Amino acid sequence: MLALLAVLVPTSATAASGLPLAAATEACAPTPESACIGGTIRTAAGEPAVGVALQVAGVDETVDATTGPDGRWSAAVTSAGTYTVTLDAATLPAGETLRDPAQNPRTVEVTLGQSAGALFPLGAPSTGGGDTDDPPSGGESTTPAPEASGEPGLDSPSPGARGGGINWDRVAQQTVAGLVFGTLLALASVGLSLIFGTTGLSNFAHGEQVTLGGILAYLFTQVVGLPLLLSGAIAVVLAAASGWLQDAVIWHPLRKRRVGMTQQLIVTIGLAITLQYVYQFFLGGSSLRIVRSNPQAVNIGPVYITQQSLISVGIAVVVLGAVSYFLLATRIGRATRAVSDNPALAAASGITVDRIIRLVWTVGAGLAGLGGVTMGLYLNATAWNMGSTLLLLMFAAVTLGGLGTAFGALAGSIVIGLVVELSNLVIPSDMRYAGALVILILVLLLRPQGILGRAERIG
Amino acid sequence: MDWTRILSNVAGELIAPTTAAYALAAIGLNVHFGLTGLLNFGQAGFMLLGAYGFAISTIAGWPLWAAVLVAIGCSVVFALVLGIPTLKLRGDYLAIVTIAAAEIVRIVGRSTALTNLTGASSGLRGDSYKETFQELSPFDDGTSTIGPFTYANNASNSWWVRIVGWALVLLACLLIWRLLNSPWGRVLKGIREDEDAVRSLGKNVYGYKMQALVLGGVIGSLAGVVYVMPRAVQPDSMGRPMTFWVWTILLLGGAATVFGPVLGSMLFWAALMLIKTVGRELIPSTVMRAEQIEQFGWIVVGVTLMLLVIFRPQGILGDKKELAINVR
Amino acid sequence: MSAETTSTLAGVSQEPGAAKPDPILVADDVTRRFGGMTAVDVGHLEVQRGAITALIGPNGAGKTTLFNLLTGFDQPNSGRWTFEGRQLAGVPAAKVSRAGMVRTFQLTKALSRMTVMENMRLGASDQPGERLLQALVPPLWKPREREITAKAEELLERFKLLEKKDDFAGSLSGGQRKLLEMARALMSDPTMVMLDEPMAGVNPALTQSLLGHIQGLRDGGTTVLFVEHDMHMVRHISDWVAVMAEGRLVAEGPPGGVMANPAVVDAYLGAHHDTDLGDDSLLSDEVAEQLEAEAEAEAEARSHGQAEGPQTDEGDR
Ligand SMILES: Nc1ncnc2c1ncn2[C@@H]1O[C@H](COP(=O)(O)OP(=O)(O)OP(=O)(O)O)[C@@H](O)[C@H]1O
Ligand SMILES: [Mg+2]
Repeated sequence: MLALLAVLVPTSATAASGLPLAAATEACAPTPESACIGGTIRTAAGEPAVGVALQVAGVDETVDATTGPDGRWSAAVTSAGTYTVTLDAATLPAGETLRDPAQNPRTVEVTLGQSAGALFPLGAPSTGGGDTDDPPSGGESTTPAPEASGEPGLDSPSPGARGGGINWDRVAQQTVAGLVFGTLLALASVGLSLIFGTTGLSNFAHGEQVTLGGILAYLFTQVVGLPLLLSGAIAVVLAAASGWLQDAVIWHPLRKRRVGMTQQLIVTIGLAITLQYVYQFFLGGSSLRIVRSNPQAVNIGPVYITQQSLISVGIAVVVLGAVSYFLLATRIGRATRAVSDNPALAAASGITVDRIIRLVWTVGAGLAGLGGVTMGLYLNATAWNMGSTLLLLMFAAVTLGGLGTAFGALAGSIVIGLVVELSNLVIPSDMRYAGALVILILVLLLRPQGILGRAERIG
Repeated sequence: MDWTRILSNVAGELIAPTTAAYALAAIGLNVHFGLTGLLNFGQAGFMLLGAYGFAISTIAGWPLWAAVLVAIGCSVVFALVLGIPTLKLRGDYLAIVTIAAAEIVRIVGRSTALTNLTGASSGLRGDSYKETFQELSPFDDGTSTIGPFTYANNASNSWWVRIVGWALVLLACLLIWRLLNSPWGRVLKGIREDEDAVRSLGKNVYGYKMQALVLGGVIGSLAGVVYVMPRAVQPDSMGRPMTFWVWTILLLGGAATVFGPVLGSMLFWAALMLIKTVGRELIPSTVMRAEQIEQFGWIVVGVTLMLLVIFRPQGILGDKKELAINVR
Repeated sequence: MSAETTSTLAGVSQEPGAAKPDPILVADDVTRRFGGMTAVDVGHLEVQRGAITALIGPNGAGKTTLFNLLTGFDQPNSGRWTFEGRQLAGVPAAKVSRAGMVRTFQLTKALSRMTVMENMRLGASDQPGERLLQALVPPLWKPREREITAKAEELLERFKLLEKKDDFAGSLSGGQRKLLEMARALMSDPTMVMLDEPMAGVNPALTQSLLGHIQGLRDGGTTVLFVEHDMHMVRHISDWVAVMAEGRLVAEGPPGGVMANPAVVDAYLGAHHDTDLGDDSLLSDEVAEQLEAEAEAEAEARSHGQAEGPQTDEGDR
């Protein structure tokens, strides 16, 4: 079975990515000792984007490339491994932005003797819906409309799947990537889970809390010019404050008005939409790099990882440990768990449920903010939609672990991280998030009672 | 300021194909949420599947009626696949599952692995699947002007699309009106209120929920076909935001009402157009760039959704006593 | 109390699980556990056709849970039961109801954002208009709709709800909701109705007329099984009483005699010292004295660490 897949994957990958690969091979032909990385960049209107500068950085060599008059670029490299391709957004034609800023830079897996593609779709990441700009005479809008693009970050093809089937190096690489991704995801999901546990609210605006962390870190490093650690810390504190404020201004009054859970859920959706466009309004649709310099890579055995990722994971592990300690060993932490267990009983035994909920919102938003900062470092950039692309994965993780239990969310996140990265090995990488979502549905199908917690009383 | 142009733009939105498509999608969602209380957050998935089903089978050379049947068939299958595992679970699980399933459809549809079928992320060109539909038009080619509106007769963004789109909306309204006032609709409303009570009265709740999910999904898939008629099939323009706009439209007009979705859709798109055109006229581009004005429009939408749900959950047309939102 | 049914049940032994001459419902070994605690553990239970059977027992005895199991709203850990000879274990709730066994709920489930009349109509069975395609063609269902409307009005009249028929059910008082739920359950002419505390919160004057109505149902051939804490009512209308305690069926007998049964005394005393049995006249003086004495003795001996509330289902989490 695996062998079969190993044969299938490269074939389908080549067939699938037709254009860019063909383009790359024209300028650069892979020999047994070399490989090519390349692609074609087109504007949102479908015109070739000329003169866009890219940098291909590997462990041993760094190559620069520029798109030609046909929008094609290619770079020849001489060793196999993982390369980071960075597009210099400043060299894009006027008015053009990356459709998916979170995917710049992107990593490409290179095998000698083959070509690998790295795609950078352009277009406004904003999401519209109307045909409002169509000329009234009925012009065809056959070219991809620039308004069109839901949540790019999640779906663009990512490195791994191109070229090369399953080998242990790749398995190791993807496993580590999965663990890293899962750990960072856990920061965000734990907050989501805590909020669900204590209030019963499925917070669809939690992704925007993650984005907020990333964006604040960007603002303080790049605009204010503070050192990364300091601005990261400020970002987390501000994110936590925003959680406090949100509960004080929106959710606490809604609870007091006894607004139903379904209504509150739709309010979170409204909030998510609002925040997304507020971010876009002020910061635009393109990607924002928290750190400008190219990431330093480290090789651990066969595994390639950037220093930023390592540090991010380190911080995440420490913080998650602290949260666990807080929940397990402190009085307030135990009260928090009591509230998620049974709010009425907790209230009866003298716990101020509203204060606990306020705390949970604060901590949850702070964790999400930290998740945003570290995720932004890991992905090398942040953008207005970073959080919303991750939202469903967070839900998958939280559901998998059992809604409302913080530790379940942690374990669930790791599993989802691994699923996302390892599924790269067997399905096309641009479908990898679908794998995690399929798992979400399967869990609900197979173990609903486990996730529902206690069965509800009838009659 | 050119008020006549602004007003005619805004009025144009009232009858635009997109408005009709969204009205239709909201009518489908109304069957789910307004009538049955199902939290479907994957309406865009139904629309996208309808669009794909129609476009792909037309490209494969199938006649119009067969392509429409394929679109409907896709949504029926999707509804069954979604409904079988989730209709027995608590409401917010359906919400998460539908939103995830719609994303799966989009992610798979835009995957390069399916380039030959779906055209991956660049989608399917409009002129590759519009011919059979345009051939059906009784009008000659050319343009016609009615009042302030001038559109082509048959091409993409044409009178023909408008006529068919709004005829479908009207038919759907008629259907909902008929069902809403029938014993069938009564059972659905009962389920919305308390499914255990309905079960205790001998109704097969699961079956009814499934019927509602399928019916609303089929209407959604037709909405998807109408939606892509004046444009291309673009998976990324039919993602989560689309579902959320449909929700906003339904709640704006009033869930569990016959004309709520239609009114909601007209107001939604006309208001956005108004913000956009007035904004461009009044606000110098040094203060707000064109895309910022558009983003401002969406911010208004988000805030409106929040305020609506909190302060007027019954929408414009809904009965205050019969709040369509689950208040349990 | 109808002399006829009482006499049919006269020869029945007063053991828990006693065989009845013509049982409509027979249950065997029904158990239901929530986590560690066993809420229902009924070895054998028969319910006589055409009689009014009361199911009593202290709070938390498992009466509602047993109702839920028998009507398909909850799944037992083990057990089987037949209704009119038909196996009903594992049959979904809606089918149980269509088989003729219709229940009401202890916590009322009036459909609050529908009118009283719509609530009633929903209760009727055999409605062609409840099928999707036929719903589109009113002539197919209008005649039936008129029938059920007439029937609903008749029932509402009897339950003193007729003037409320166009109000939203949510605007009714708690007692009125109970009445509505009971009337709604009767819309389908069930062979057996299972009422979970039908009179809780209904004013005494109306209770009297409703008791008459329940007896009328019985005389029309409907079997009635009801849960009730009010001993007046139990004694007044039931033909037979079954007593549950801590999930088990502990006693059965005619309403006059069953409260004298030591097992019942134990059940109420053991489980709930403060339970007001409602009607002391039910108890013979002798038993009443014994009750008081035991209660005092226990009160002294009672330890501080009493269970603080109903156990919850921690096991599943
Ligand atoms: N869904 C559930 N989860 C956990 N425990 C439950 C559940 N339903 C019932 N129980 C427990 O089962 C026991 C029996 O409950 P039940 O409702 O059947 O009592 P009852 O006899 O109807 O009492 P009452 O007269 O107060 O209505 C109680 O201890 C209750 O806490
Ligand atoms: Mg009970």
